[in-house]
Amino acid sequence: MVAKTQEPFFQGSTGKNSRGVLRIIILCLIAGAAIASRLFSVIRFESIIHEFDPWFNFRATKYLVSNGFYDFWDWFDDRTWHPLGRVTGGTLYPGLMVTSGVIYHALRALTIPVDIRNICVLLAPGFSGLTAFATYLFTNEMSTSPSAGLLAAIFMGIAPGYISRSVAGSYDNEAIAIFLLVFTFYLWIKAIKLGSAFWGALCALFYGYMVSAWGGYVFITNLIPLHVFVLVCMGRFSPRVYVSYCTWYALGTLASMQIPFVGFLPIRSSEHMSALGVFGLLQLVGFVEFVRSGVPSKQFATLLRGFVLAVFAISFGGLVLLTVSGVIAPWTGRFYSLWDTGYAKIHIPIIASVSEHQPTAWPAYFFDLNLLIWLFPAGVYLCFLKLADEQVFVVVYAILASYFSGVMVRLMLTLTPIVCVAAALALSNILDTYLTFKSPEEPTATATVTDGASNGATKKAAKQEELRSMRQPLVGIYASFSKISVVGAMTTYLLIFVLHCTWVTSNAYSSPSVVLASRMPDGSQHIIDDYREAYQWLRQNTKEDAKIMSWWDYGYQIGGMADRPTLVDNNTWNNTHIATVGKAMSSREEVSYPIMRQHEVDYVLVVFGGLLGYSGDDINKFLWMVRIAEGIWPDEVKERDFFTERGEYRVDDGATQTMKDSLMYKMSYYNYNSLFPPGQAQDRVRGVKMPEVGPILNTVEEAFTSENWIIRIYKVKDLDNVGRDHASAASFDRGNKKKKTLKKRGPKVLRVE
Amino acid sequence: MAPKKNAAAVAAIAPPTTTTIPSSTPIKIPSKSSSQNQSPQQVAIGIWKNYLNKTPQRTKLIDVFMSFLVVVGVLQFVYCILAGNYPFNAFLSGFSATVGQFVLTASLRIQTNEENKAEFNSVSPERAFADYVFGSLILHFFCVNFIN
Repeated sequence: MVAKTQEPFFQGSTGKNSRGVLRIIILCLIAGAAIASRLFSVIRFESIIHEFDPWFNFRATKYLVSNGFYDFWDWFDDRTWHPLGRVTGGTLYPGLMVTSGVIYHALRALTIPVDIRNICVLLAPGFSGLTAFATYLFTNEMSTSPSAGLLAAIFMGIAPGYISRSVAGSYDNEAIAIFLLVFTFYLWIKAIKLGSAFWGALCALFYGYMVSAWGGYVFITNLIPLHVFVLVCMGRFSPRVYVSYCTWYALGTLASMQIPFVGFLPIRSSEHMSALGVFGLLQLVGFVEFVRSGVPSKQFATLLRGFVLAVFAISFGGLVLLTVSGVIAPWTGRFYSLWDTGYAKIHIPIIASVSEHQPTAWPAYFFDLNLLIWLFPAGVYLCFLKLADEQVFVVVYAILASYFSGVMVRLMLTLTPIVCVAAALALSNILDTYLTFKSPEEPTATATVTDGASNGATKKAAKQEELRSMRQPLVGIYASFSKISVVGAMTTYLLIFVLHCTWVTSNAYSSPSVVLASRMPDGSQHIIDDYREAYQWLRQNTKEDAKIMSWWDYGYQIGGMADRPTLVDNNTWNNTHIATVGKAMSSREEVSYPIMRQHEVDYVLVVFGGLLGYSGDDINKFLWMVRIAEGIWPDEVKERDFFTERGEYRVDDGATQTMKDSLMYKMSYYNYNSLFPPGQAQDRVRGVKMPEVGPILNTVEEAFTSENWIIRIYKVKDLDNVGRDHASAASFDRGNKKKKTLKKRGPKVLRVE
Repeated sequence: MAPKKNAAAVAAIAPPTTTTIPSSTPIKIPSKSSSQNQSPQQVAIGIWKNYLNKTPQRTKLIDVFMSFLVVVGVLQFVYCILAGNYPFNAFLSGFSATVGQFVLTASLRIQTNEENKAEFNSVSPERAFADYVFGSLILHFFCVNFIN
């Protein structure tokens, strides 16, 4: 915007240069703003990795840095999924780790030795600056206006929808993926505009990089073919489309197959079939166009077109047949649930259990994209007005991404770039109209009109003049008051937008979930650091290979911070194994003890927020454990048993017997009564009074409870020395001796051996 | 007619890599020629002569290379059908090398074609050739890497 207002002052070639300098300065400032607004959490707390998933990425990066690339490529991780292990090299997207590994080594080569943790923490802010620059390039392809690109860049730099996944410390795949997404699209637009194989090849290379970084590359694989398909359907096929798409597809598909996790998927799975189909269609269309140019007959041309349609229909039918017969894998559950929104909830509870996979509510759009969301449709409309190849892309992208973001909260991330671009197009259009202070055609046009009116030679002539002037009415805004008021309003909105973004970033998206911050009555900050306290205890006071059983949410953090083997973790590739843990947590002790023995579990970790009112604890997640376990063992675990007669989920006196007997309940509330005066134990999350007598644990013993009782760790007891079962051994220890020896003999069983 | 026909064959093979498509290729030739008031042979011969006369020598060279690629691709595909696709990555990299090279060559042919000059005002024939070399290098790097 600054460049825009300055523009009239710079004329000629020097004006061009100084505008270029201004542009560079503005872009640098935008990158600075993008980086600076992501540092709230680092400045407030400390430079650590947040959330759950990034802990695995961090661990993998450390492995890469210390062991080298080849070891990382075929790394078999035996400290996760305990009995099974995980072939990490083949089950992750290596782009993120390799990027930070390269940065690490580059900085060392420049004799700036930086800790790998700091590189990981600050990777996302760094790449957000690049994203802003990529958005600038992308938008410049869309519009000739000098301000559109810069506006899009600043929008992208500070929009909360993108900040939410890229604050400092959120070392997740999205950190670099959004940059790659936007940059790939920029290269694609460039390729299709110029019809150049070089840009198509570059687009394929960055597409390959994107594939190595994020599973969301499927979005690109479907968006670019859709764009081409729409172009062909609009009758806008041109040799440029053929050159750019075919180069991209041939190279990009090969590039994507180099990633072990992707492998043969581009040939074998339904998600990638649209790209292949459009590739075939383009060959047909290209050939037909070629033949048609050599043949004069009109009739023949229509026949050729019919031929294209026929082959397309036949191959589409063949594709459907192959999918039905199973040669081509059908859509994966995660992808399929985008279309059939009820699917995950019914069939795959583990997908539905993640809070990010819920539909988006309206306020989230306004919260994440404040002023942009209402400029967005206007920008898309402007694209409709000037429908060149690249504007079609914006329209297609906008429609597709809007739908996906409505289905899943987490896909708001892919919507944000296009919202920024479209909003910048709309806004720059407004500014271009209202910021031109000189009114060009006014003198000549009005002169003729006034001449005709004032002179008034004859009535007829005057009428004619009037009519002519009415035929070409002079449309435009000339009053400087209206210009200033509109521009002023827009500037105010933009300033409010900045304020909103800063406020949202500071309050909503800059809290590390590892550390819980609360306020003391006097306003000072109180940090609750139970997670790290407990993980540190595990790291220091347990054997190097003590297996920890916990719900899968904490798997990565235990692996990353406590450095102990876990049974399940956030990479939910084996549903049955997770269900096993769910069963152990939701069954009676006698049932879960053998399960834990079989899996060599040494410690069990539960998260309990009852004392502090921390609502994301395991009792609140408990029903998902039950559901996931019920999916595998419907006879042994039943969700119905955990509800009271009236269908309530209760933990107090009214809880069902199954609930009270479950291992999770017992571990959560063990000894909890002792904190309070008798009869006044209170659960602050559920807001209920706990029963008088707490649960009794026989097969595990309390090993550690953190300061605020958020994390409780239990040690699994060994088998009893004299072969009793744990319940009777424990009751013997408590002194419940049988008062008198019973005369009556119990039913004896024949000793076999 | 040969190069164009071959172009159609690859175009038809490329989309879903199924066996159903090659059967559709023959359908096209009668359908396209029957519409003319001339006889089909006349049309085909007319096109062929037209091609021989009008196409520059360099473009013909490109066409020969493209038809060679089609032959290699078809042979690989037939062998894959006959002998099974056990080292699937080897088949894929070989086959996609031919398909990719074909597509890149077709792009070069389109870009250097005089008739398309209006479409590609920023791409000179030399630039097109440099792009072609760049694309081919990447393609072969990936193929060699993928064939193991």
